[in-house]
Amino acid sequence: MPIVIQGLTHTYMQGSPFQATAVHEVSLTVGDGEFLGLIGHTGSGKSTLIQHLNGLLKPTAGRVLVDGADVFAKDTDRRAIRRKVGLVFQYPEHQLFEETVAKDIAFGPKNLGLEDNEVDRRVRAACGAVRIDYDSLANRSIYELSGGQMRRVAIAGVLAMEPEVLVLDEPAAGLDPRGRADILYMIQELHAQRAITVIMVSHSMEDVARMVNRIVVMSQGRVVMDGLPAEIFARGEELRGMGLDVPEAVRLADELRAKGFDIPPEACQMEEVRDAILAQIGGAGRC
Amino acid sequence: MLKDITLGQYHPGDSPIHRLDPRSKLLLTIAYITAVFLVQSAAGYLLPLAYLLLVTWLAGIPLRYLLKGIKPLTMILALTFVLNLFFAQGETVWLQWGFLRLTQEGFTTALFFSLRLVFLVMGTSVLTLTTSPVALTDAMERLLSPLRVIRFPAHELAMMMSIALRFIPTLLEETDKIMKAQMARGADFESGNLMRRAKAMVPLLVPLFVGAFQRASDLAMAMEARCYRGGEHRTRMKVLRFSRLDVLAALSMLALVLLIMGEGSLYG
Repeated sequence: MPIVIQGLTHTYMQGSPFQATAVHEVSLTVGDGEFLGLIGHTGSGKSTLIQHLNGLLKPTAGRVLVDGADVFAKDTDRRAIRRKVGLVFQYPEHQLFEETVAKDIAFGPKNLGLEDNEVDRRVRAACGAVRIDYDSLANRSIYELSGGQMRRVAIAGVLAMEPEVLVLDEPAAGLDPRGRADILYMIQELHAQRAITVIMVSHSMEDVARMVNRIVVMSQGRVVMDGLPAEIFARGEELRGMGLDVPEAVRLADELRAKGFDIPPEACQMEEVRDAILAQIGGAGRC
Repeated sequence: MLKDITLGQYHPGDSPIHRLDPRSKLLLTIAYITAVFLVQSAAGYLLPLAYLLLVTWLAGIPLRYLLKGIKPLTMILALTFVLNLFFAQGETVWLQWGFLRLTQEGFTTALFFSLRLVFLVMGTSVLTLTTSPVALTDAMERLLSPLRVIRFPAHELAMMMSIALRFIPTLLEETDKIMKAQMARGADFESGNLMRRAKAMVPLLVPLFVGAFQRASDLAMAMEARCYRGGEHRTRMKVLRFSRLDVLAALSMLALVLLIMGEGSLYG
């Protein structure tokens, strides 16, 4: 189920003195099963862009096609689009409202008008996917959970809709290192096991380098780079010019290369760089 | 969606009108309102009209912003006009239709009262268009502070108003975000009968209230941590001072009031 964005522009408060264009003529195609990282500095238009993917925001110009259907055409059922494209907002735990964990996760499936036993099946499945133990936590109040658990329950609430495309806005923001790792690992697993398309907004280069297979860089409302992680990180100077950076591993590889070491250009994760270094010094017999 | 709502209608700028002390603007607006009530005839409104046009021009505000302020009043205006038109006493009958009588006097009265409303609203719009809400509460605090003698909590009142004003955009943004998040989970805020719609608000209101209380408690803690203890002995970063500009403005307003009174005396 591909998503095609054509010449999308979004202007907030058009016609007032506070008018601001957040997204400027963006065109992008996201294919089936891709894991796309959307990166950019604060205010680069990432969050505005993703809210168009399930029809929460109406473009000022341009259009979005989900599975070939124009999201804002008159005869399009936007609720059906929202079932196919699940959107997890930044700090999604702020949207929890039900008395118990299970009821909150069931909110989405119930809105779809599903049978009770199907709702129950989906709640259990979503809990499993986000590693929330159904038996011990399902009937707890959401306010008894830790921050990381609340985040996972909130993500489960979207997963229970069983979307074909999952869009996440900074899913690991504001969590401790352990919580970050858990959430990111969970997302990677979802992508691998369910073969769904994942679009992840982030400004952590480390996370993106490790997880995605395509990076789109936004700056001042425009898409300025689009390619494989190694291709993007090879343009470190430009990235720094936009207030972004390259992952530590890439920086290390760059500096080693400057000193005459031969590190392959596609190495952008710490493990790959480590292996390359070992191969070098091992080969030179200095160890 | 909700983000498109502008709070108040402050139109930022750096005109002489914007630079006036907010206290004078507040007092002059009250004077202007009184002046409008002093106008005796429909033709007399040419004076406040000229004054308004001058101020708007000086402030560099597009005229349509003033007119936009009248829009929500259309119903009340129409009602005022029609009621006065048919029920004011008069001799010169233009039209008689059953018990409805359209007289020349009725028409003048209707025009007169409708214009009064229009000028009141446009005048106060100039105040809110050129003064930021924060400056307004500041002015209010300063103007009310003499009442402290009778234990009127001027500072507390102004602080509460500024905090409320400060959090309205935040809460709107939060509402917008939660609403979208629930819509992404298939919530429907737009269709169904009253009962259904009220029920649909629960997923919006619960997180909104939890967030608001959390914020209020954080704010109280932060204020306490910085030793806030009310208005006593508190100094300000921006001290309000009257300037020559304020004297000029006051004089112009005095001229307007005198002209209106002079015009009124023509009718004895």
